[in-house]
Amino acid sequence: MNQLQMLVKIIPQLLSDGLALGFVYAIVALGYTMVYGILEFINFAHSELFMFGAFVGTEVLLFMQGVGILPNIPPTLAMLIAIVVATVLSGGLGVAVDRIAYKPVRNAPKLVPFISAIGVSFILQDLVRMVEEAKNGKFYLNAPTLFTNRITLAPNMVVPEKTLYIVGLCIIIMVSLTIFVSKNKWGKAMRAVAQDRETARLMGINVDKVISLTFLIGAGMGGAAGTLFSIQYGSISPYSGFILGMKAFTAAVFGGIGKIPGAMLGGVLLGLIEVFGASFLGALTGGVFGSEYKDVLAFAILILILIFKPSGLLGKPVGEKV
Amino acid sequence: MNRALSLLLSLTLAFTLLASSVSATAEAALPVIKIASATPLSGSQAAMGETIKNGIELALSERVEEFKALGFDLQFAPQDDQADPKVGVSIAQRLIEDKDILAVIGHWNSGVAIPSSEVYNQGNLAMVSPANTATAVTDRGLPVVNRICARDDAQGPAGADFLFSLGLTSVYIIQDKTAYGQGVADEFKKRFAAIGGTVLGYEGITAGEADYSAVEEMIRASGAQAVYFGGIYPEGGLIIKQLKEKGIEVTFMGPDGMDSAEVVNIAGDAIVGTYYTSTAADVSGTEKGAAFVASYNAKFGRNPDGGYAAYGYDAMNVALDAIKGVITANNGALPTREQVVAAVRATSGYKGLATNVTFNSIGDNTEATVYVLGFKEAKYPPEVIKSIPVADYLK
Repeated sequence: MNQLQMLVKIIPQLLSDGLALGFVYAIVALGYTMVYGILEFINFAHSELFMFGAFVGTEVLLFMQGVGILPNIPPTLAMLIAIVVATVLSGGLGVAVDRIAYKPVRNAPKLVPFISAIGVSFILQDLVRMVEEAKNGKFYLNAPTLFTNRITLAPNMVVPEKTLYIVGLCIIIMVSLTIFVSKNKWGKAMRAVAQDRETARLMGINVDKVISLTFLIGAGMGGAAGTLFSIQYGSISPYSGFILGMKAFTAAVFGGIGKIPGAMLGGVLLGLIEVFGASFLGALTGGVFGSEYKDVLAFAILILILIFKPSGLLGKPVGEKV
Repeated sequence: MNRALSLLLSLTLAFTLLASSVSATAEAALPVIKIASATPLSGSQAAMGETIKNGIELALSERVEEFKALGFDLQFAPQDDQADPKVGVSIAQRLIEDKDILAVIGHWNSGVAIPSSEVYNQGNLAMVSPANTATAVTDRGLPVVNRICARDDAQGPAGADFLFSLGLTSVYIIQDKTAYGQGVADEFKKRFAAIGGTVLGYEGITAGEADYSAVEEMIRASGAQAVYFGGIYPEGGLIIKQLKEKGIEVTFMGPDGMDSAEVVNIAGDAIVGTYYTSTAADVSGTEKGAAFVASYNAKFGRNPDGGYAAYGYDAMNVALDAIKGVITANNGALPTREQVVAAVRATSGYKGLATNVTFNSIGDNTEATVYVLGFKEAKYPPEVIKSIPVADYLK
């Protein structure tokens, strides 16, 4: 029990770590869920768009460090520049991937675009590895340290400054997406296409443009999340996207795939379960299961919830998507 | 045309054969003793294999005259195992067929040495390894297998003794769930508890992930003074960096999986004050070592790459000393492989460049050393802080 009391003390700390991880999951999960909402198709290459964004953002930071302007500008500005570049390039790549690999097979049986997505995923992984190896002689990157301050939020809760920025930025991204989808004309068009693509077309909505827009936004957010991830955890490789993508996809299903609030909720919950599971498993099971079983725990909880609520936490069996 | 070509070819062949038989008869005055080296000379690990081979070759070339005086023509037979177990085994097959070969110095990879040494054992060919640290290399009890470097399972206990000697009595252990990482972490744990330290936690992490915050928070909560990490540098470097960012003040230590220039790039300034153990150290600082580097440079035109060239040098000298001993005992007759195997295993009190050598009953060097290296600044390689003899840790 002694160990449990000790762990109770770090709950606030775990909360902040879990939220930071969960928000990254949430933003990536949004990319999966938006594309699914519109096309009923799992874009398995989304994890690679995340990874691509992480590399772009990190390369931008390294470039700024290389030419010596990184120490002379506020770190938040450097972070924002990296995020914007990563968002734009990842978003563009997302649209390009859709045009090249998905659009030609849009009306083929559902498994065909799925296989196409797996192919794109492998191609992007090894393309990034090839380019990075040619450029740097190694295929993984270490992000420069931007923030060194720690902020005391409460007793027992000392949070690195960057974690606050990451959580804050993720919230801003999610709020703006929600406003965009519910208030903006294009957002409305997206919802319409999601409900019924053919009818939306008959109503004069440019469905192809809406689909491209969805990929642009989804992949762009993936790229932003990649940059945040790289800043938060410090190191990325072309294969970083795979495990994280799996988890974000899981988060999307967990929250109810196709539902934007569902992806957010699913991501945050998965992050929290993972961090708390890793810390408490050992103490609760008397050391039989250590923190290495955190994924087993997270997925066991997930399966349980999906057994009782197959459409996910916020999903309704039938009804409006997105 | 075709006929002319084949005639030309056969003529060339005949001349070559003639020439080689002529040179063979010219050399036949002295019986030949060949020592092979087996290291990767091509492929991704060629740089390391090359520098070890050079160390081995240097030792041999320095003693050619000595063996000529004894009445033998000492020759070097370098082999390229390509860091591949299959290639290693086929080289081993060739070597045991060549009756002039009396010993092999190699390999670089434990994964190559283990299957190859099974073949050497069939051919009764003595192997002296400069660099294989895996426990299974000698634990199989093959009479032909010997190594002059320390074993992997000496690193954990050596790390435990070192941390304890710094006055750090409570430790939190993390391992990466691989055979290597968990292996050293378990040995560390046993030793640390045995000498009176407190192990406050023992957790596994998944290699390839980036978020280790939960384990780091548990380290904070446990109040441990030190962290021992059983694993490799990509995760180790990240943990060092993340601990620092979270403001968790602990002394970090790991095994030689942390031995990479890359760890400094990953961890940045947080690397300062961390330690790792290694089974090889750079000898260039010592007087003997400087002389070795100078003659290495004179022969090969550049400096040795890392510490293992000196281990290759010592391994060759161990083998040559054993062979010389047998020649003396035989009153100048050519040693048999059986005699060499027995003589190498009986090596005791050899005073070498990188290490002294005394083999125990399974061929482990009781005088091997584990080095503790510590980062005083964010620069690779770090400094050797302490040398810990492994004799106590051998079972």
